[in-house]
Amino acid sequence: MPQIKLGRRELIAGAIGAGSIQALTPAIPSQAQSPPTAAAATNLPAGYVFLKPNEAAFVEALVDHMVPEDELTPSGTDIGLATFIDRALAGSWGKGDRLYNQGPWKLGTPNQGYQLPLTPSELYRTGIAASNAYCRKIYNGSFDDIAAAQKEAFLKDLSVNKIKLDGGIPGNAFFDVVYQTVIEGMFADPIYGGNKNKVCWKMIGFPGVMANNAENIKKYNDGRIFTADPISIADMS
Amino acid sequence: MVTKLPSVDILIVGMGWTGGILAKELSVTGLTIAVLERGGPHSTQNDFNVPQIRDELRFSQRSDLLMDTAKDTLTIRNKPSEDALPMRRLGSFLPGEGVGGAGVHWNGHTWRWPDADLQVRTMYEQRYGKNYIPPDMPLQDWGVTYKELEPYYDKFEYTAAISGKAGNLKGQIQQGGNPFEAPREREYPVPPLIDSYAMKLFSKAATDLGYHPFPRPTANSSRPYTNPDGSKIGQCQYCGFCERFGCESNAKGSPHITVIPIALSKPNIELRTYSWVQKILLDSTRTKTTGVTYVNVLTGEEFEQPAELVILCAYGLWNTHLMLLSGIGKPYDPETQTGTVGKNYCYQGGAGVSLFFEGRNFNPFMTTGGLSSVIDDFHANWNFDRGPYGYIGGSTVSAGSSSGRPITYRPVPPGTPQWGTEWKKATAKWYQGALQIGTSSSVMPHRYNYLDLDPTYRNRFGQPLMRMTFDFKANDAKMNRHGAELCGQIGKAMSPTIMSTPAPRLTWSVVPYQTTHNTGGTIMGTDPANSVVNKYLQSWDVSNLFVMGASVFAHNSSYNPTGPVGALAYRAADTIREMYLKNPGPLM
Repeated sequence: MPQIKLGRRELIAGAIGAGSIQALTPAIPSQAQSPPTAAAATNLPAGYVFLKPNEAAFVEALVDHMVPEDELTPSGTDIGLATFIDRALAGSWGKGDRLYNQGPWKLGTPNQGYQLPLTPSELYRTGIAASNAYCRKIYNGSFDDIAAAQKEAFLKDLSVNKIKLDGGIPGNAFFDVVYQTVIEGMFADPIYGGNKNKVCWKMIGFPGVMANNAENIKKYNDGRIFTADPISIADMS
Repeated sequence: MVTKLPSVDILIVGMGWTGGILAKELSVTGLTIAVLERGGPHSTQNDFNVPQIRDELRFSQRSDLLMDTAKDTLTIRNKPSEDALPMRRLGSFLPGEGVGGAGVHWNGHTWRWPDADLQVRTMYEQRYGKNYIPPDMPLQDWGVTYKELEPYYDKFEYTAAISGKAGNLKGQIQQGGNPFEAPREREYPVPPLIDSYAMKLFSKAATDLGYHPFPRPTANSSRPYTNPDGSKIGQCQYCGFCERFGCESNAKGSPHITVIPIALSKPNIELRTYSWVQKILLDSTRTKTTGVTYVNVLTGEEFEQPAELVILCAYGLWNTHLMLLSGIGKPYDPETQTGTVGKNYCYQGGAGVSLFFEGRNFNPFMTTGGLSSVIDDFHANWNFDRGPYGYIGGSTVSAGSSSGRPITYRPVPPGTPQWGTEWKKATAKWYQGALQIGTSSSVMPHRYNYLDLDPTYRNRFGQPLMRMTFDFKANDAKMNRHGAELCGQIGKAMSPTIMSTPAPRLTWSVVPYQTTHNTGGTIMGTDPANSVVNKYLQSWDVSNLFVMGASVFAHNSSYNPTGPVGALAYRAADTIREMYLKNPGPLM
């Protein structure tokens, strides 16, 4: 299978059409002209800015259960998913950016979408506490303490809305935000703290921010696979 | 306190495709023109630069270029008996915000809607009889014909660098194009894009079944191009970051790189960004507008901008919202079926199926907004007999991805777990080997699908939100079920290793993204009793007010709306310049 490796200079050149060439040609540090390596991946400092200790334990157990270490990737915590979630909840999205948050409040129909008076970070915080309370009641331990089979059963029940959490939050509303952030952490650009070393992009063969396919499309439109070391925002910055 | 500003000759609300077209086309009059845009500026250099623009989390998940639902949104419900609740975040559709509007982040699909749409009631009555049209379907002709619009479709296609292949040149069917399209006077300005592997497989299967596949016409320019105004369009790089993103290569036909800069180069045009229009003002006769009021959203200050002529060029939904907020015309009432503003709101339907091919590679990330192969045998093809199916409208069927971005695109076969090692294995295995076939289907108007003002919820300026009441009805369900059959038929002919169950859309949810093709609300027509604007897009009630955009569509087609949005805007500009300004007053 053909391997295509491109340096940043080629990528940037290929990304430019007829317009705005000058604006698109940034200064390129000389050390960046060789193909990027895993060392270029973003490594956010350790530690949490939003999650409290019991919340961090929940999130770490959750991402390690959903994304276990295997031949495809290291564990969820090792690829930065807990860090990604922590920063997402601490940031503007977690605090309700672009969320219409005026009442009156009604749960509505499933077709009417999200209707809780909670920002994503509030939903996460409340959902973790209620999930742990549920797990203690049913499985005699907080989520991070129970066996893998119990975690699996809890998450499945949560995902299909079989569980009504303490306080009345629909289980699937909490599951939806949890699942969304796990997926985002895996597949978003590593600059946000997850997808460490672009491991999830490598897992599926997504080439990242690389851009110059105007020639490639002529060659790789017959069922042949196109592979390339994925390029991230940090690699090009 | 409202500050009253000096009057202008022409005031345009919104600076997207239609605002840009009207501003540019009317700039030659030398009249003073002010354009009020509620969002901020956009430039390719600063807003769509690589690598930052290739950030799926920021632009796709977090909606960086899109409207902010914390400031203004809609309330939504499926039927009048439900309580409408706010669309608290974006999902089903994605209006833009800022200079260029949705023309910045669109995929680019551009079609010419034929007479089967523009004269829909007449043609269905002639062929199937009056009783074929259900009593709850206020199906109406638009008041224009394809022949009248042809030069304007052409003008929009040549402005926006549409890549495509003619299928009908002056009545002569052309190999490689859409044989069912209405006759065009000349070829597309730019040749089609390079076929992807998914397109090749789909085309072969569809051809073997007797259908007529062709490359989708789209504003992703297949080569560098200079449009008739001198605007430079780049070459598409098949980067896979098209819809929801701006184009760093200027290869997507967008207003901020074409009509808008040309308009703004004229001394008689002034663009005011961050200017949120709240109300269209009327004089005491309520037959003339005197201008608008707006808020500078950066300071909260309120202004009155007097004008001789007002042209609404906001996103279609917000044109309707402004009309309702301003009390222009009579709001539609579904019980009495009187009133016109808010009437005939339509969306778009569809069906889809996923195919999984062991050992094949589609390189789904190597794509662009309109890279797909389409058949029109069940839509523009008037020889397709709807009678046995019992519906009005039709479906285009297509295959070819517009994105392999992995937060949203991770196809796995039915029955795959949602997490864990097995899920990861399936995700890794099928990312390269999957393709989707989908339909896009017309939605015909229904008595109980409409827009009005919400009685409860308000936007950040204290104005009532607009309320959307919509669901897919029996006509849509028949069409979408037929669409699912077609997806399954072509899918099976492609011999996949695994195929999902073809699924039609039968009810509308605000949650998953479907399409940003919201139409109707200020519809055009031939009769003031059942339409808001005449065939020139002039308000029946207020003769110095014109309304652009898909809100004037009397129903929704299978086709994407931007072709007729552009064509109608160019035609309205000609009308205003050549007819209205010479003798201001009702044109009909």
